[in-house]
Amino acid sequence: MIKYFFRRLFTFVLSLALASIVIFSLVEIAPGDPASFMLGINAQPDTIAALRSELGLDQPKINRYFDWIGGMLTGDFGISYTYRTNVTEMVGDRLWVSLPLALYALFLSTVIAIPTGIYAAAKRGKTGDFAVISATQLGIAIPNFWFAIILVGIFAIKLQWFSAGGFSGWKDGLFNGITSLTLPAIALALPQAAILSRVMRSALIETLGEDYIRTARAKGLSSSQTIWTHALRNALIPVLTIIGLQFSFLLAGAIIIEQVFYLPGLGRLVFQAITQRDLIVVESVVMLLVFAVILVNFIVDITYMLVDPRLRQDSI
Amino acid sequence: MIRPSTSLQFGILLCLIPMIMATISFFWQPFDVTELNISNRLKPVSLTHPFGTDHFGRDMLSMIMVGAQTSISVAFVAVGIGVLFGVPLGLFAANWRGGFIDDGIMRFNDLVFAFPSLVIAILITAIAGPSAFNAIVAIGIFNIPVFARISRGAALSLWQREFILSAQVAGKTGLRISTEHVLPNLMHILIVQATIQFSLGILAEAGLSYIGLGAQPPTPSWGRMLADAQTMVSLAPRLAIVPGVAIIITVLGLNLLGDGLRDALDPKLRGSMKK
Repeated sequence: MIKYFFRRLFTFVLSLALASIVIFSLVEIAPGDPASFMLGINAQPDTIAALRSELGLDQPKINRYFDWIGGMLTGDFGISYTYRTNVTEMVGDRLWVSLPLALYALFLSTVIAIPTGIYAAAKRGKTGDFAVISATQLGIAIPNFWFAIILVGIFAIKLQWFSAGGFSGWKDGLFNGITSLTLPAIALALPQAAILSRVMRSALIETLGEDYIRTARAKGLSSSQTIWTHALRNALIPVLTIIGLQFSFLLAGAIIIEQVFYLPGLGRLVFQAITQRDLIVVESVVMLLVFAVILVNFIVDITYMLVDPRLRQDSI
Repeated sequence: MIRPSTSLQFGILLCLIPMIMATISFFWQPFDVTELNISNRLKPVSLTHPFGTDHFGRDMLSMIMVGAQTSISVAFVAVGIGVLFGVPLGLFAANWRGGFIDDGIMRFNDLVFAFPSLVIAILITAIAGPSAFNAIVAIGIFNIPVFARISRGAALSLWQREFILSAQVAGKTGLRISTEHVLPNLMHILIVQATIQFSLGILAEAGLSYIGLGAQPPTPSWGRMLADAQTMVSLAPRLAIVPGVAIIITVLGLNLLGDGLRDALDPKLRGSMKK
Protein backbone atom coordinates (compact mmCIF):
# COMPACT_ATOMS: atom_id res chain seq x y z
CA MET A 1 0.00 0.00 0.00
CA ILE A 2 2.80 2.40 0.89
CA LYS A 3 4.65 1.36 -2.26
CA TYR A 4 1.55 2.13 -4.32
CA PHE A 5 1.18 5.51 -2.62
CA PHE A 6 4.76 6.52 -3.31
CA ARG A 7 4.54 5.33 -6.89
CA ARG A 8 1.48 7.51 -7.41
CA LEU A 9 3.17 10.40 -5.62
CA PHE A 10 6.17 10.08 -7.92
CA THR A 11 3.97 10.16 -11.05
CA PHE A 12 2.10 13.11 -9.58
CA VAL A 13 5.29 15.15 -9.13
CA LEU A 14 6.70 14.00 -12.49
CA SER A 15 3.47 14.99 -14.28
CA LEU A 16 3.60 18.42 -12.69
CA ALA A 17 7.26 18.90 -13.67
CA LEU A 18 6.61 17.81 -17.27
CA ALA A 19 3.48 19.95 -17.47
CA SER A 20 5.40 23.01 -16.31
CA ILE A 21 8.07 22.44 -18.98
CA VAL A 22 5.43 22.02 -21.70
CA ILE A 23 3.55 25.16 -20.64
CA PHE A 24 6.74 27.22 -20.36
CA SER A 25 7.94 26.10 -23.81
CA LEU A 26 4.54 26.69 -25.43
CA VAL A 27 4.40 30.21 -24.06
CA GLU A 28 8.05 30.84 -25.00
CA ILE A 29 7.46 30.04 -28.67
CA ALA A 30 4.44 32.35 -28.79
CA PRO A 31 5.23 35.13 -31.23
CA GLY A 32 5.25 38.75 -30.05
CA ASP A 33 7.49 40.35 -27.47
CA PRO A 34 5.56 41.33 -24.31
CA ALA A 35 7.72 44.45 -23.81
CA SER A 36 7.05 45.87 -27.28
CA PHE A 37 3.41 44.87 -26.93
CA MET A 38 3.13 46.83 -23.68
CA LEU A 39 4.84 49.94 -25.02
CA GLY A 40 3.02 50.11 -28.34
CA ILE A 41 4.33 50.49 -31.89
CA ASN A 42 5.99 53.90 -31.39
CA ALA A 43 8.29 52.76 -28.59
CA GLN A 44 12.05 53.43 -28.85
CA PRO A 45 14.32 50.36 -28.96
CA ASP A 46 16.19 51.42 -25.79
CA THR A 47 12.93 51.85 -23.86
CA ILE A 48 11.91 48.35 -24.95
CA ALA A 49 15.31 47.00 -23.89
CA ALA A 50 15.00 48.71 -20.50
CA LEU A 51 11.55 47.23 -19.95
CA ARG A 52 12.77 43.82 -21.07
CA SER A 53 15.49 43.86 -18.45
CA GLU A 54 13.05 45.17 -15.83
CA LEU A 55 10.70 42.24 -16.56
CA GLY A 56 13.63 39.84 -16.58
CA LEU A 57 12.97 38.93 -20.22
CA ASP A 58 16.68 39.34 -21.11
CA GLN A 59 17.64 36.51 -18.75
CA PRO A 60 18.46 33.07 -20.17
CA LYS A 61 15.39 30.85 -20.61
CA ILE A 62 16.54 28.29 -18.08
CA ASN A 63 16.90 30.96 -15.35
CA ARG A 64 13.47 32.32 -16.13
CA TYR A 65 11.96 28.84 -15.96
CA PHE A 66 13.41 28.20 -12.51
CA ASP A 67 12.48 31.70 -11.32
CA TRP A 68 8.92 31.03 -12.41
CA ILE A 69 8.75 27.58 -10.79
CA GLY A 70 10.34 28.88 -7.59
CA GLY A 71 7.80 31.70 -7.50
CA MET A 72 4.87 29.34 -8.11
CA LEU A 73 6.03 27.06 -5.28
CA THR A 74 6.18 29.96 -2.84
CA GLY A 75 2.85 31.41 -3.99
CA ASP A 76 4.43 34.32 -5.87
CA PHE A 77 3.10 34.16 -9.44
CA GLY A 78 4.92 37.30 -10.60
CA ILE A 79 3.73 40.67 -11.87
CA SER A 80 1.29 40.95 -14.78
CA TYR A 81 2.87 42.60 -17.85
CA THR A 82 -0.34 44.39 -18.80
CA TYR A 83 -1.93 45.35 -15.50
CA ARG A 84 1.31 45.75 -13.52
CA THR A 85 -0.38 44.05 -10.58
CA ASN A 86 0.43 40.93 -8.64
CA VAL A 87 -0.71 37.82 -10.55
CA THR A 88 -1.40 36.01 -7.26
CA GLU A 89 -3.91 38.71 -6.34
CA MET A 90 -5.48 38.66 -9.82
CA VAL A 91 -5.87 34.88 -9.65
CA GLY A 92 -7.28 35.18 -6.13
CA ASP A 93 -9.89 37.71 -7.28
CA ARG A 94 -10.88 35.60 -10.27
CA LEU A 95 -11.10 32.44 -8.18
CA TRP A 96 -13.92 34.10 -6.25
CA VAL A 97 -15.94 33.93 -9.45
CA SER A 98 -14.69 30.70 -11.02
CA LEU A 99 -14.73 28.55 -7.89
CA PRO A 100 -18.32 29.39 -6.82
CA LEU A 101 -19.42 29.05 -10.45
CA ALA A 102 -17.82 25.60 -10.75
CA LEU A 103 -19.29 24.49 -7.41
CA TYR A 104 -22.71 25.87 -8.32
CA ALA A 105 -22.68 24.08 -11.70
CA LEU A 106 -21.43 20.89 -10.08
CA PHE A 107 -24.19 21.10 -7.46
CA LEU A 108 -26.87 21.58 -10.15
CA SER A 109 -25.54 18.77 -12.32
CA THR A 110 -25.35 16.35 -9.36
CA VAL A 111 -28.82 17.25 -8.11
CA ILE A 112 -30.27 16.65 -11.58
CA ALA A 113 -28.16 13.66 -12.60
CA ILE A 114 -28.24 11.36 -9.57
CA PRO A 115 -32.06 11.09 -9.22
CA THR A 116 -32.61 10.81 -12.98
CA GLY A 117 -29.85 8.19 -13.27
CA ILE A 118 -31.32 6.14 -10.42
CA TYR A 119 -34.81 6.49 -11.88
CA ALA A 120 -33.64 5.33 -15.32
CA ALA A 121 -31.81 2.34 -13.86
CA ALA A 122 -34.82 1.37 -11.75
CA LYS A 123 -37.07 1.61 -14.81
CA ARG A 124 -34.58 -0.09 -17.08
CA GLY A 125 -36.04 -0.87 -20.50
CA LYS A 126 -39.28 0.98 -19.81
CA THR A 127 -40.59 4.31 -21.10
CA GLY A 128 -39.11 6.28 -18.19
CA ASP A 129 -35.64 4.92 -18.97
CA PHE A 130 -36.07 5.72 -22.65
CA ALA A 131 -37.11 9.28 -21.79
CA VAL A 132 -34.03 9.81 -19.58
CA ILE A 133 -31.68 8.29 -22.18
CA SER A 134 -33.15 10.47 -24.94
CA ALA A 135 -32.87 13.57 -22.74
CA THR A 136 -29.23 12.81 -21.92
CA GLN A 137 -28.43 12.21 -25.61
CA LEU A 138 -29.81 15.65 -26.33
CA GLY A 139 -28.04 17.19 -23.33
CA ILE A 140 -24.67 15.93 -24.55
CA ALA A 141 -25.31 17.23 -28.07
CA ILE A 142 -26.22 20.78 -27.04
CA PRO A 143 -23.20 23.12 -27.02
CA ASN A 144 -23.27 24.82 -23.61
CA PHE A 145 -22.49 28.29 -25.01
CA TRP A 146 -25.45 28.02 -27.40
CA PHE A 147 -27.66 26.99 -24.51
CA ALA A 148 -26.27 30.01 -22.63
CA ILE A 149 -27.23 32.38 -25.48
CA ILE A 150 -30.75 30.93 -25.56
CA LEU A 151 -31.04 31.21 -21.75
CA VAL A 152 -30.01 34.88 -21.97
CA GLY A 153 -32.58 35.43 -24.73
CA ILE A 154 -35.39 33.94 -22.68
CA PHE A 155 -34.63 34.71 -19.03
CA ALA A 156 -32.59 37.90 -19.27
CA ILE A 157 -33.98 39.73 -22.29
CA LYS A 158 -37.56 38.53 -22.58
CA LEU A 159 -38.56 37.76 -18.98
CA GLN A 160 -35.88 39.97 -17.36
CA TRP A 161 -35.50 37.64 -14.38
CA PHE A 162 -31.73 37.65 -14.50
CA SER A 163 -29.06 40.02 -15.79
CA ALA A 164 -27.71 39.20 -19.23
CA GLY A 165 -24.12 39.17 -18.02
CA GLY A 166 -21.46 40.65 -15.79
CA PHE A 167 -20.78 40.01 -12.16
CA SER A 168 -21.05 42.72 -9.52
CA GLY A 169 -19.08 40.75 -6.95
CA TRP A 170 -20.04 39.39 -3.56
CA LYS A 171 -20.11 42.83 -1.91
CA ASP A 172 -23.79 43.35 -2.82
CA GLY A 173 -24.78 40.31 -0.86
CA LEU A 174 -24.80 36.57 -1.35
CA PHE A 175 -28.18 36.56 -3.10
CA ASN A 176 -27.11 39.00 -5.84
CA GLY A 177 -23.91 37.07 -6.42
CA ILE A 178 -25.75 33.78 -6.73
CA THR A 179 -28.37 35.31 -9.02
CA SER A 180 -25.78 36.56 -11.47
CA LEU A 181 -24.12 33.13 -11.53
CA THR A 182 -27.38 31.20 -12.00
CA LEU A 183 -27.72 31.30 -15.82
CA PRO A 184 -24.00 30.52 -16.39
CA ALA A 185 -24.18 27.67 -13.88
CA ILE A 186 -27.26 26.19 -15.59
CA ALA A 187 -25.56 26.41 -18.98
CA LEU A 188 -22.42 24.74 -17.63
CA ALA A 189 -24.36 22.08 -15.73
CA LEU A 190 -26.48 20.83 -18.66
CA PRO A 191 -23.93 18.66 -20.51
CA GLN A 192 -22.29 17.61 -17.23
CA ALA A 193 -25.64 16.47 -15.85
CA ALA A 194 -26.32 14.48 -19.01
CA ILE A 195 -22.97 12.68 -18.76
CA LEU A 196 -23.27 12.09 -15.01
CA SER A 197 -26.81 10.78 -15.32
CA ARG A 198 -25.66 8.18 -17.85
CA VAL A 199 -22.76 7.14 -15.62
CA MET A 200 -25.12 6.85 -12.63
CA ARG A 201 -27.57 4.77 -14.69
CA SER A 202 -25.02 2.33 -16.08
CA ALA A 203 -23.17 1.98 -12.74
CA LEU A 204 -26.40 1.16 -10.95
CA ILE A 205 -27.51 -1.27 -13.65
CA GLU A 206 -24.16 -3.04 -13.42
CA THR A 207 -24.35 -3.23 -9.62
CA LEU A 208 -27.92 -4.53 -9.80
CA GLY A 209 -26.64 -7.51 -11.79
CA GLU A 210 -24.28 -8.60 -8.98
CA ASP A 211 -24.83 -11.79 -6.99
CA TYR A 212 -25.22 -10.07 -3.62
CA ILE A 213 -28.14 -8.08 -5.03
CA ARG A 214 -29.79 -11.31 -6.09
CA THR A 215 -29.22 -12.62 -2.56
CA ALA A 216 -30.80 -9.49 -1.08
CA ARG A 217 -33.80 -9.91 -3.36
CA ALA A 218 -34.02 -13.61 -2.51
CA LYS A 219 -34.09 -12.65 1.17
CA GLY A 220 -37.29 -10.81 0.39
CA LEU A 221 -36.18 -7.17 0.06
CA SER A 222 -38.22 -5.11 -2.36
CA SER A 223 -36.60 -3.72 -5.48
CA SER A 224 -36.46 -0.17 -4.09
CA GLN A 225 -35.08 -1.40 -0.75
CA THR A 226 -32.32 -3.24 -2.60
CA ILE A 227 -31.43 -0.13 -4.58
CA TRP A 228 -31.33 2.21 -1.60
CA THR A 229 -29.66 -0.03 0.97
CA HIS A 230 -27.32 -2.17 -1.12
CA ALA A 231 -26.81 -1.14 -4.73
CA LEU A 232 -26.60 2.63 -4.56
CA ARG A 233 -23.65 2.83 -2.20
CA ASN A 234 -21.55 0.60 -4.46
CA ALA A 235 -22.73 2.23 -7.65
CA LEU A 236 -21.69 5.66 -6.37
CA ILE A 237 -17.95 4.93 -6.62
CA PRO A 238 -17.60 5.55 -10.40
CA VAL A 239 -20.06 8.43 -10.09
CA LEU A 240 -17.86 10.15 -7.49
CA THR A 241 -14.84 9.73 -9.77
CA ILE A 242 -16.67 11.47 -12.59
CA ILE A 243 -17.84 14.24 -10.23
CA GLY A 244 -14.21 14.81 -9.23
CA LEU A 245 -13.10 15.02 -12.84
CA GLN A 246 -16.02 17.26 -13.74
CA PHE A 247 -15.04 19.70 -11.03
CA SER A 248 -11.58 20.25 -12.48
CA PHE A 249 -13.10 20.44 -15.95
CA LEU A 250 -15.64 23.05 -14.84
CA LEU A 251 -12.90 25.19 -13.36
CA ALA A 252 -11.03 25.34 -16.66
CA GLY A 253 -13.82 24.63 -19.12
CA ALA A 254 -15.89 27.66 -18.19
CA ILE A 255 -13.78 29.79 -20.53
CA ILE A 256 -16.45 30.12 -23.23
CA ILE A 257 -19.35 30.47 -20.79
CA GLU A 258 -17.45 33.23 -18.97
CA GLN A 259 -17.06 34.87 -22.37
CA VAL A 260 -20.81 34.63 -23.10
CA PHE A 261 -21.74 36.21 -19.76
CA TYR A 262 -18.76 38.59 -19.46
CA LEU A 263 -17.84 37.02 -16.13
CA PRO A 264 -14.48 38.02 -14.68
CA GLY A 265 -13.36 34.44 -14.00
CA LEU A 266 -10.12 32.48 -14.48
CA GLY A 267 -11.04 31.37 -17.99
CA ARG A 268 -11.63 34.90 -19.19
CA LEU A 269 -8.41 35.99 -17.49
CA VAL A 270 -6.42 33.41 -19.50
CA PHE A 271 -8.20 34.28 -22.70
CA GLN A 272 -7.56 38.01 -22.31
CA ALA A 273 -3.98 37.38 -21.20
CA ILE A 274 -3.32 35.29 -24.32
CA THR A 275 -4.61 38.02 -26.62
CA GLN A 276 -2.63 40.69 -24.72
CA ARG A 277 0.58 38.61 -24.67
CA ASP A 278 0.56 38.75 -20.87
CA LEU A 279 2.69 35.61 -20.81
CA ILE A 280 3.31 35.46 -17.08
CA VAL A 281 -0.44 35.39 -16.41
CA VAL A 282 -0.99 32.73 -19.10
CA GLU A 283 1.79 30.52 -17.70
CA SER A 284 0.68 30.81 -14.10
CA VAL A 285 -3.05 30.34 -14.62
CA VAL A 286 -2.68 27.42 -17.06
CA MET A 287 -0.22 25.79 -14.64
CA LEU A 288 -2.69 26.29 -11.81
CA LEU A 289 -5.51 24.69 -13.83
CA VAL A 290 -3.31 21.75 -14.82
CA PHE A 291 -2.26 21.40 -11.19
CA ALA A 292 -5.95 21.24 -10.18
CA VAL A 293 -6.62 18.44 -12.70
CA ILE A 294 -3.52 16.42 -11.76
CA LEU A 295 -4.28 16.88 -8.05
CA VAL A 296 -7.87 15.69 -8.47
CA ASN A 297 -6.64 12.63 -10.40
CA PHE A 298 -4.09 11.92 -7.66
CA ILE A 299 -6.71 12.24 -4.90
CA VAL A 300 -9.09 9.96 -6.87
CA ASP A 301 -6.35 7.31 -7.20
CA ILE A 302 -5.49 7.47 -3.51
CA THR A 303 -9.17 7.29 -2.55
CA TYR A 304 -9.51 4.21 -4.74
CA MET A 305 -6.60 2.67 -2.88
CA LEU A 306 -8.32 3.33 0.44
CA VAL A 307 -11.72 2.12 -0.76
CA ASP A 308 -10.75 -0.90 -2.85
CA PRO A 309 -9.46 -3.73 -0.62
CA ARG A 310 -7.90 -5.52 -3.61
CA LEU A 311 -5.52 -2.65 -4.27
CA ARG A 312 -4.52 -2.65 -0.63
CA GLN A 313 -3.85 -6.36 -0.51
CA ASP A 314 -1.89 -6.66 -3.74
CA SER A 315 0.92 -4.49 -2.61
CA ILE A 316 1.21 -5.58 1.02
CA MET B 1 -36.07 0.67 -24.72
CA ILE B 2 -34.47 1.93 -27.89
CA ARG B 3 -33.36 -0.94 -30.13
CA PRO B 4 -29.78 -0.76 -31.41
CA SER B 5 -30.96 -0.66 -34.98
CA THR B 6 -33.27 2.27 -34.21
CA SER B 7 -30.45 4.40 -32.86
CA LEU B 8 -28.29 3.41 -35.82
CA GLN B 9 -31.03 4.39 -38.27
CA PHE B 10 -31.70 7.66 -36.50
CA GLY B 11 -27.99 8.38 -36.34
CA ILE B 12 -27.47 7.77 -40.04
CA LEU B 13 -30.52 9.86 -40.90
CA LEU B 14 -29.41 12.84 -38.78
CA CYS B 15 -25.79 12.63 -40.00
CA LEU B 16 -26.93 12.61 -43.61
CA ILE B 17 -28.48 16.09 -43.25
CA PRO B 18 -25.23 18.04 -42.66
CA MET B 19 -23.26 15.68 -44.91
CA ILE B 20 -25.57 16.26 -47.87
CA MET B 21 -25.67 20.01 -47.18
CA ALA B 22 -21.88 20.18 -47.10
CA THR B 23 -21.51 18.10 -50.26
CA ILE B 24 -24.02 20.17 -52.23
CA SER B 25 -22.35 23.40 -51.07
CA PHE B 26 -19.13 22.33 -52.81
CA PHE B 27 -20.90 22.62 -56.17
CA TRP B 28 -23.79 24.97 -55.55
CA GLN B 29 -25.01 27.40 -52.92
CA PRO B 30 -28.35 29.24 -53.08
CA PHE B 31 -26.53 32.59 -52.56
CA ASP B 32 -22.93 33.76 -52.37
CA VAL B 33 -21.91 33.76 -48.70
CA THR B 34 -19.14 36.34 -49.15
CA GLU B 35 -21.40 38.95 -50.67
CA LEU B 36 -22.75 41.52 -48.19
CA ASN B 37 -26.04 43.17 -49.01
CA ILE B 38 -27.12 45.52 -46.22
CA SER B 39 -30.44 46.41 -47.91
CA ASN B 40 -31.34 42.74 -47.61
CA ARG B 41 -30.52 42.51 -43.89
CA LEU B 42 -32.56 40.49 -41.36
CA LYS B 43 -35.10 39.32 -43.94
CA PRO B 44 -37.57 36.88 -42.36
CA VAL B 45 -38.08 33.29 -43.39
CA SER B 46 -39.37 33.07 -46.99
CA LEU B 47 -39.25 30.79 -50.01
CA THR B 48 -36.15 32.58 -51.37
CA HIS B 49 -34.45 32.50 -47.97
CA PRO B 50 -35.76 29.42 -46.08
CA PHE B 51 -33.85 30.49 -42.91
CA GLY B 52 -34.02 34.25 -43.62
CA THR B 53 -30.96 36.49 -43.90
CA ASP B 54 -28.46 37.70 -41.28
CA HIS B 55 -27.50 41.25 -40.23
CA PHE B 56 -25.28 41.62 -43.30
CA GLY B 57 -28.01 40.41 -45.65
CA ARG B 58 -26.36 37.03 -46.26
CA ASP B 59 -28.61 34.02 -46.88
CA MET B 60 -28.66 31.89 -43.71
CA LEU B 61 -29.22 28.60 -45.55
CA SER B 62 -26.11 29.14 -47.68
CA MET B 63 -24.13 30.05 -44.54
CA ILE B 64 -25.30 26.88 -42.78
CA MET B 65 -24.37 24.80 -45.84
CA VAL B 66 -20.85 26.20 -46.09
CA GLY B 67 -20.56 26.14 -42.28
CA ALA B 68 -21.28 22.40 -42.41
CA GLN B 69 -18.32 22.07 -44.77
CA THR B 70 -16.05 23.89 -42.29
CA SER B 71 -17.23 22.00 -39.21
CA ILE B 72 -17.14 18.57 -40.81
CA SER B 73 -13.74 19.01 -42.41
CA VAL B 74 -12.13 20.40 -39.22
CA ALA B 75 -13.55 17.60 -37.06
CA PHE B 76 -12.76 14.93 -39.66
CA VAL B 77 -9.10 15.88 -40.04
CA ALA B 78 -8.76 16.25 -36.25
CA VAL B 79 -10.02 12.67 -35.84
CA GLY B 80 -7.62 11.63 -38.61
CA ILE B 81 -4.69 13.09 -36.64
CA GLY B 82 -5.81 11.18 -33.54
CA VAL B 83 -6.06 7.88 -35.43
CA LEU B 84 -2.86 8.36 -37.42
CA PHE B 85 -0.68 9.02 -34.36
CA GLY B 86 -2.69 7.50 -31.53
CA VAL B 87 -3.34 4.01 -32.93
CA PRO B 88 0.33 3.23 -33.76
CA LEU B 89 1.34 4.53 -30.31
CA GLY B 90 -1.24 2.28 -28.65
CA LEU B 91 -0.16 -0.74 -30.73
CA PHE B 92 3.51 -0.05 -29.92
CA ALA B 93 2.72 0.18 -26.22
CA ALA B 94 0.77 -3.11 -26.33
CA ASN B 95 3.57 -4.79 -28.29
CA TRP B 96 6.14 -3.86 -25.65
CA ARG B 97 3.68 -4.13 -22.77
CA GLY B 98 5.17 -3.65 -19.36
CA GLY B 99 8.37 -2.18 -20.77
CA PHE B 100 9.59 1.36 -20.50
CA ILE B 101 8.22 2.28 -23.96
CA ASP B 102 4.75 1.23 -22.81
CA ASP B 103 5.18 3.14 -19.57
CA GLY B 104 6.48 6.22 -21.37
CA ILE B 105 3.61 6.27 -23.86
CA MET B 106 1.02 5.84 -21.14
CA ARG B 107 2.54 8.56 -18.94
CA PHE B 108 2.57 10.87 -21.95
CA ASN B 109 -1.13 10.08 -22.40
CA ASP B 110 -1.91 10.88 -18.79
CA LEU B 111 -0.06 14.13 -19.16
CA VAL B 112 -2.01 15.24 -22.24
CA PHE B 113 -5.24 14.24 -20.50
CA ALA B 114 -4.35 16.45 -17.55
CA PHE B 115 -4.22 19.59 -19.65
CA PRO B 116 -7.46 21.53 -19.90
CA SER B 117 -7.96 20.87 -23.62
CA LEU B 118 -9.82 24.08 -24.33
CA VAL B 119 -7.19 26.27 -22.66
CA ILE B 120 -4.39 24.58 -24.59
CA ALA B 121 -6.37 24.76 -27.83
CA ILE B 122 -6.78 28.48 -27.24
CA LEU B 123 -3.08 28.78 -26.45
CA ILE B 124 -2.12 26.93 -29.64
CA THR B 125 -4.42 28.97 -31.85
CA ALA B 126 -3.19 32.14 -30.17
CA ILE B 127 0.47 31.16 -30.75
CA ALA B 128 0.01 30.04 -34.35
CA GLY B 129 -2.71 32.54 -35.21
CA PRO B 130 -6.42 31.83 -35.53
CA SER B 131 -7.29 29.71 -38.55
CA ALA B 132 -9.20 26.56 -39.42
CA PHE B 133 -5.90 24.68 -39.83
CA ASN B 134 -4.67 25.59 -36.35
CA ALA B 135 -8.03 24.67 -34.88
CA ILE B 136 -7.63 21.24 -36.51
CA VAL B 137 -4.18 20.80 -34.96
CA ALA B 138 -5.35 21.99 -31.54
CA ILE B 139 -8.32 19.60 -31.51
CA GLY B 140 -6.34 16.79 -33.16
CA ILE B 141 -3.57 16.76 -30.54
CA PHE B 142 -6.08 15.87 -27.85
CA ASN B 143 -7.44 13.01 -29.95
CA ILE B 144 -4.04 11.27 -29.96
CA PRO B 145 -4.08 10.02 -26.33
CA VAL B 146 -7.72 8.96 -26.69
CA PHE B 147 -6.92 6.64 -29.58
CA ALA B 148 -3.61 5.52 -28.05
CA ARG B 149 -5.29 4.51 -24.80
CA ILE B 150 -8.24 2.74 -26.40
CA SER B 151 -6.13 0.81 -28.91
CA ARG B 152 -3.60 -0.19 -26.24
CA GLY B 153 -6.33 -1.45 -23.94
CA ALA B 154 -8.03 -3.50 -26.62
CA ALA B 155 -4.74 -4.72 -28.09
CA LEU B 156 -3.56 -5.94 -24.66
CA SER B 157 -6.53 -8.28 -24.36
CA LEU B 158 -6.02 -9.47 -27.94
CA TRP B 159 -2.39 -10.34 -27.21
CA GLN B 160 -3.66 -12.92 -24.69
CA ARG B 161 -5.70 -14.75 -27.32
CA GLU B 162 -4.80 -18.08 -28.92
CA PHE B 163 -4.69 -16.88 -32.51
CA ILE B 164 -2.02 -14.35 -31.58
CA LEU B 165 -0.10 -17.07 -29.77
CA SER B 166 -0.19 -19.26 -32.87
CA ALA B 167 1.02 -16.34 -34.96
CA GLN B 168 3.90 -15.93 -32.51
CA VAL B 169 4.68 -19.64 -32.71
CA ALA B 170 4.66 -19.31 -36.51
CA GLY B 171 7.52 -16.86 -36.03
CA LYS B 172 5.82 -13.61 -36.98
CA THR B 173 7.36 -10.44 -35.59
CA GLY B 174 5.53 -8.17 -33.18
CA LEU B 175 5.13 -5.55 -35.89
CA ARG B 176 3.51 -8.03 -38.30
CA ILE B 177 1.22 -9.44 -35.62
CA SER B 178 0.18 -5.88 -34.68
CA THR B 179 -0.67 -4.91 -38.23
CA GLU B 180 -2.01 -8.22 -39.56
CA HIS B 181 -3.87 -9.60 -36.56
CA VAL B 182 -4.34 -7.01 -33.83
CA LEU B 183 -5.31 -3.99 -35.92
CA PRO B 184 -8.11 -5.66 -37.96
CA ASN B 185 -9.66 -6.88 -34.71
CA LEU B 186 -9.55 -3.38 -33.25
CA MET B 187 -11.37 -1.82 -36.16
CA HIS B 188 -14.85 -1.93 -34.69
CA ILE B 189 -13.72 -0.23 -31.47
CA LEU B 190 -11.81 2.40 -33.43
CA ILE B 191 -14.75 3.17 -35.71
CA VAL B 192 -17.05 3.71 -32.73
CA GLN B 193 -14.48 5.90 -30.95
CA ALA B 194 -13.87 7.87 -34.14
CA THR B 195 -17.58 8.66 -34.37
CA ILE B 196 -17.61 9.91 -30.78
CA GLN B 197 -14.44 12.00 -31.28
CA PHE B 198 -15.95 13.36 -34.48
CA SER B 199 -18.94 14.68 -32.54
CA LEU B 200 -16.67 16.16 -29.85
CA GLY B 201 -14.63 17.75 -32.65
CA ILE B 202 -17.74 19.43 -34.05
CA LEU B 203 -18.48 20.88 -30.59
CA ALA B 204 -14.86 21.97 -30.08
CA GLU B 205 -14.69 23.63 -33.49
CA ALA B 206 -17.92 25.48 -32.77
CA GLY B 207 -16.52 26.63 -29.42
CA LEU B 208 -13.22 27.80 -30.88
CA SER B 209 -14.83 29.69 -33.73
CA TYR B 210 -17.35 31.19 -31.30
CA ILE B 211 -14.49 32.92 -29.48
CA GLY B 212 -12.93 33.88 -32.82
CA LEU B 213 -10.13 31.31 -32.97
CA GLY B 214 -11.52 29.01 -35.65
CA ALA B 215 -12.04 29.55 -39.38
CA GLN B 216 -11.65 33.23 -40.20
CA PRO B 217 -14.08 35.47 -42.12
CA PRO B 218 -15.31 35.38 -44.81
CA THR B 219 -15.43 31.56 -44.41
CA PRO B 220 -18.70 30.92 -42.55
CA SER B 221 -18.63 28.65 -39.51
CA TRP B 222 -21.44 27.67 -37.16
CA GLY B 223 -19.59 28.89 -34.09
CA ARG B 224 -19.00 32.37 -35.47
CA MET B 225 -22.58 32.61 -36.70
CA LEU B 226 -23.55 32.11 -33.05
CA ALA B 227 -21.11 34.77 -31.88
CA ASP B 228 -22.58 37.22 -34.42
CA ALA B 229 -26.10 36.27 -33.38
CA GLN B 230 -25.50 36.87 -29.68
CA THR B 231 -26.04 40.64 -29.84
CA MET B 232 -29.12 40.19 -32.03
CA VAL B 233 -30.82 37.53 -29.97
CA SER B 234 -33.68 39.83 -28.98
CA LEU B 235 -34.06 41.23 -32.51
CA ALA B 236 -33.83 38.00 -34.50
CA PRO B 237 -33.66 34.88 -32.31
CA ARG B 238 -33.55 32.71 -35.43
CA LEU B 239 -29.97 33.88 -36.08
CA ALA B 240 -28.95 31.96 -32.93
CA ILE B 241 -31.43 29.11 -33.20
CA VAL B 242 -30.58 27.96 -36.75
CA PRO B 243 -26.80 27.38 -36.34
CA GLY B 244 -27.39 25.92 -32.86
CA VAL B 245 -29.87 23.39 -34.21
CA ALA B 246 -27.42 22.54 -37.02
CA ILE B 247 -24.73 21.73 -34.41
CA ILE B 248 -27.18 19.73 -32.27
CA ILE B 249 -28.42 17.66 -35.24
CA THR B 250 -24.86 16.82 -36.29
CA VAL B 251 -23.59 15.96 -32.80
CA LEU B 252 -26.72 14.02 -31.87
CA GLY B 253 -26.56 12.13 -35.18
CA LEU B 254 -22.92 11.18 -34.65
CA ASN B 255 -23.52 10.08 -31.04
CA LEU B 256 -26.49 7.92 -32.05
CA LEU B 257 -24.47 6.54 -34.94
CA GLY B 258 -21.65 5.70 -32.50
CA ASP B 259 -24.04 3.93 -30.13
CA GLY B 260 -25.70 2.06 -32.97
CA LEU B 261 -22.36 1.04 -34.50
CA ARG B 262 -21.05 -0.17 -31.15
CA ASP B 263 -24.01 -2.49 -30.80
CA ALA B 264 -23.91 -3.59 -34.42
CA LEU B 265 -20.15 -4.12 -34.70
CA ASP B 266 -19.42 -5.67 -31.33
CA PRO B 267 -19.17 -9.40 -32.06
CA LYS B 268 -20.40 -10.20 -28.56
CA LEU B 269 -23.60 -8.25 -29.08
CA ARG B 270 -24.08 -9.29 -32.70
CA GLY B 271 -25.52 -12.70 -31.80
CA SER B 272 -28.00 -11.27 -29.33
CA MET B 273 -29.28 -8.79 -31.89
CA LYS B 274 -30.39 -11.46 -34.30
CA LYS B 275 -32.59 -13.07 -31.69
